[in-house]
Amino acid sequence: MMEILDILVSATFWTAVIRIMSPLLFATMGELICERAGVLNLGIEGIMVVGAFAGWMAVYSGLGLWPGVAVAMLSGMAFGLLHSTLTVPFGLSQHVVGLGVTLLATAATYFTYRLALPQVSSPPRIQPFTEWPVPVLSEIPVIGPAVFSQTPLTYLAYAVAALTAWVLYRTPLGLALRAAGENPAAVEAQGLSVVALRMGAVILGSGLMAVGGAFLTMSAFNSFFFEMVNGRGWICIALVVFGAWRPGKAALGALLFAAFDALQIRLQQTGLGQHVPYQVFLMLPYALSILALVVMSRRAEVPAALMVPFNKGAR
Amino acid sequence: MTAGAGARPVVLRVAEVTRRFGDLLANDAITFDLHQGEVVALLGENGAGKTTLMNILFGHYTADAGTVEVFGRPLPPGQPRAALEAGVGMVHQHFTLAENLTVLENIVLGTESLWRPLARQAAARARVERLSRDFGLAVHPDARVGALSVGERQRVEILKALYRDARILILDEPTAVLTPQEAEALFATLRAMVAQGLSVIFISHKMHEVLAISNRVLVLRHGRLVGERATAETGAQELARLMVGADIALPEPRAHSPGAVLLRLSGVKTEPRGRTAGLRGLDLALRAGQITGLAGVSGNGQAALAAVIAGLDAPVEGTLEIAGQVPAAWSPRAAIHAGIGRIPEDRHAEGTIADFTLTENAMLERMAEPPFARAGLIDWAAARRFAERVIADYDVRCPGPDAPIRLLSGGNMQKLILGRALEFGPRIILANQPVRGLDIGAVAYVQRRLIAARDAGAAILLISEDLDEIQAMSDVIHVISEGRLSPPFARGEKTAHELGQWMAGHGFEGADAA
Repeated sequence: MMEILDILVSATFWTAVIRIMSPLLFATMGELICERAGVLNLGIEGIMVVGAFAGWMAVYSGLGLWPGVAVAMLSGMAFGLLHSTLTVPFGLSQHVVGLGVTLLATAATYFTYRLALPQVSSPPRIQPFTEWPVPVLSEIPVIGPAVFSQTPLTYLAYAVAALTAWVLYRTPLGLALRAAGENPAAVEAQGLSVVALRMGAVILGSGLMAVGGAFLTMSAFNSFFFEMVNGRGWICIALVVFGAWRPGKAALGALLFAAFDALQIRLQQTGLGQHVPYQVFLMLPYALSILALVVMSRRAEVPAALMVPFNKGAR
Repeated sequence: MTAGAGARPVVLRVAEVTRRFGDLLANDAITFDLHQGEVVALLGENGAGKTTLMNILFGHYTADAGTVEVFGRPLPPGQPRAALEAGVGMVHQHFTLAENLTVLENIVLGTESLWRPLARQAAARARVERLSRDFGLAVHPDARVGALSVGERQRVEILKALYRDARILILDEPTAVLTPQEAEALFATLRAMVAQGLSVIFISHKMHEVLAISNRVLVLRHGRLVGERATAETGAQELARLMVGADIALPEPRAHSPGAVLLRLSGVKTEPRGRTAGLRGLDLALRAGQITGLAGVSGNGQAALAAVIAGLDAPVEGTLEIAGQVPAAWSPRAAIHAGIGRIPEDRHAEGTIADFTLTENAMLERMAEPPFARAGLIDWAAARRFAERVIADYDVRCPGPDAPIRLLSGGNMQKLILGRALEFGPRIILANQPVRGLDIGAVAYVQRRLIAARDAGAAILLISEDLDEIQAMSDVIHVISEGRLSPPFARGEKTAHELGQWMAGHGFEGADAA
C-alpha cells in the first residue's frame, strides 16, 4: 500500500498520466463532436493510425513539426469525408462504414509505409516536440511539472477540450450540432442543413482523432510502429459514453483512464509484480474502465438521434 | 367568398401544385389563394394529401409541377430556409422539437449566424417572453422540452414561428393531441394572430373545429381540391359529403345491458416509465357486453394500463382478476389464453412486423400453438387458410396473404389486426386507439365490428385521445389523469367540457387542493 501512495504523490507519475491522456483527449473530443451531431464514428481507430503515420512521415520528409500536425489533421479529415459521405447523404449503416474505414485506413497506412520505406528494418526516428514549461505555472509543486511542463501538443489538447465545450454550449453552431444529434427534423424545420452539419462534424472530429494519433509519433515517441495505436480509439468511444456525451466529464474520464494506465506500469515494478502475472496489470485499466462505464452510464442521456440516418423528404 | 376576404391582399398563392409518390397521386393540380388576416381550413381525411401539400409549401418536399408564391414572389422549391425567410411558419403534426434541449434553445436554433462566437441569450429570452405574453402562449423558456406537456410543446412550436416573424402560419392537425380547454386556448391565440394581420392555414379532419375557427374551408379528397366554401355559408353535413364523397354514417351503438365483470383491477400500481405516468392505485371493472371508454391526454397512464391488461407488465401492488380469479402467472401469453384480444396502440411498432407477410403477421400471436404449430413445426397451410379467412371476412384490401404487410394502408393493416384479435372470439378486448389515422370508411368499419363484439358479450376497453370517439362509442366513461382514474360516468352524464376538466386533472381527490 505504501508503494502505491508513493507513486500517487510523485510528480513523475502525474507527468506520465498527462502524457498518456493527451492523445486520448484529442480523439475523445473528436468522437464526441461526431456523436453529438448524431454520427457514431467507428473509423476512429484507423484514423488515429493514419494520423500517427502521416504526421511522422511528413516530418521525416522534411516538413516542420506544426506543418506535420496539419498534414496529420488533413489526412484524418480526408477519411472523415469518406465516412460522412457514406453515412450522411447516403445514410448507410454507421457501424459497417465505421469498421470499414478503420480497416481501410489501417491497411492503407501499413501499405504506404512499406511503399515509402521498402528497405528499413527499424523505422527511422524524427526530432519530436520537446517539453516547453509554461513560465510561472510550471513551478507549482506537483501540478506544475505534471500539467504545465509538457509539449506544446498537450497544451493544444487542453485548448481543444475547452474549445469543444465552449462551442457546443455557448455558440449557435454548437446548438445546431447538438440539435442535429437530438432531432434532425427540428434542424431541417428551422432551415438549417442537417447534411452539412453532420458532415462538418464528422470531418472536423476525424481531423482531431488524427491529431490524437500524431501525438503518439510526434510527442510521446519519436517514431512509428505497427500496432502503436493499440485500441486507444476504442477506449475513446467508451470515454464518450463514460462522459455522458459532455466534454468536461469525458476529459475527466480520459484523465482517469490515463491514471490507471500509468499506475499499472508502475505497479509491475513493485513487489506486487513478482507475485502477480504482468498481464493482470495490463488488464487493470480496461477492467476498471468497464466498471466505471457500468456505474456512470446508467442514466446517461444519449443523443436521441445518434446512429439514426436522416432522409430528407422521406415518407 | 365571404365579404371582405376578397378585398384583402393575397399573401400566398398556390398554383397547379402536383406531387406523386410512386403510383399515388398525393396532390393533383391544387390551386388556391390565402388572404391577409384570414383563417383557411384545409379539410380532408387522412391520406387526402393535406400534409403533403403543406410540406411542399414549407419546402420539405418538392412539387413535381406547379408554383407557390408568397407575398407576390415565387418561393424556390425544396428549401425550408426560403419558406422561413419569406415569412411562412409551420407547426407540424409531429412536433419537430429536440427533447433534450431547452425551450429557448429550440426556438433560437438556426436564427443566428452559426459563426457567432457567443449566442445572444438575453435578447432572445426577452423576445420570447414578450411573444408569450402578447399571444397568450405561456411556457418557461428554460424548461427542457422533454419535460413539457403536449399542449406546452405546441406553444413552443408556435413561438418558434412567431420568433422568426412568420406572417403565414400553417398548423397541421393542431388539436389532435389537446384537451378541449387547450384547444380553446389555441383558438384564442389564433384569433389574436389574425387580428394582428397574420394569416393561418388550419389543417384538420374535425368538422366542428373547422367550423369554429375558419373563415373559409378548402376540402381535399384523394389529392384533389373538391370544394371551396365560405364557412358562414356551409355546414357540417355538406362538408362531410365533400370530404368523403358519399354519405358514410358512423355507427351509433344502442344501449345494451351489461353482464358480469370479466376483468377487475383493484388498487393497481405500476412504476412510471420514462415520461409516461405509472398507475397510482387504480380500480377498474370491465363488464361483459359493455364498452368502457378511457379518455385522457396521452402519457397519463394509458400505456401502463394497457401493458398490465396485455400481460406486458405486472402490477407492483394491487391485483388483477380474470372472471373473478387471480391468474397464477401474468404474461402476454397468459393474457391471450385468458381470452384477451389486443389491438395495440401503434400498429407499426407493436401490432405488426413490416417485412413479414400477412400470413406471418396474422399468426404471430399464436405461432407456437395449434392450429398454427404442430409438434414444434409451423403448419403453413393452416396459417395461410387463417390469413385468407381474415382477409375475406374483414375486407382487408391487399395483394394477397404472401405480400409483406408494409404494403398495406393503415386502415387495411388495422383490419388485419382486428380480424386476428376477434377471430378467436375474445372475451375481453383491449382496443388502444383502434381508429387513429384511419379514413372515415375504415373508422366506421372498425367501430361496427367492435360494437358487434360487444353485443356478442365481449367486455371492451376503448382507449382513445379523441373525446368525440370516446363519447360516441362508450357505454361508460372513465377519465385517466396522471395515473389516477375518475369514477365511471354513464353515457351522456358529462359534457365534453366537464370531461376536459377531469382530463386536465381537476376533480380527483386531493388534486384541487394541491
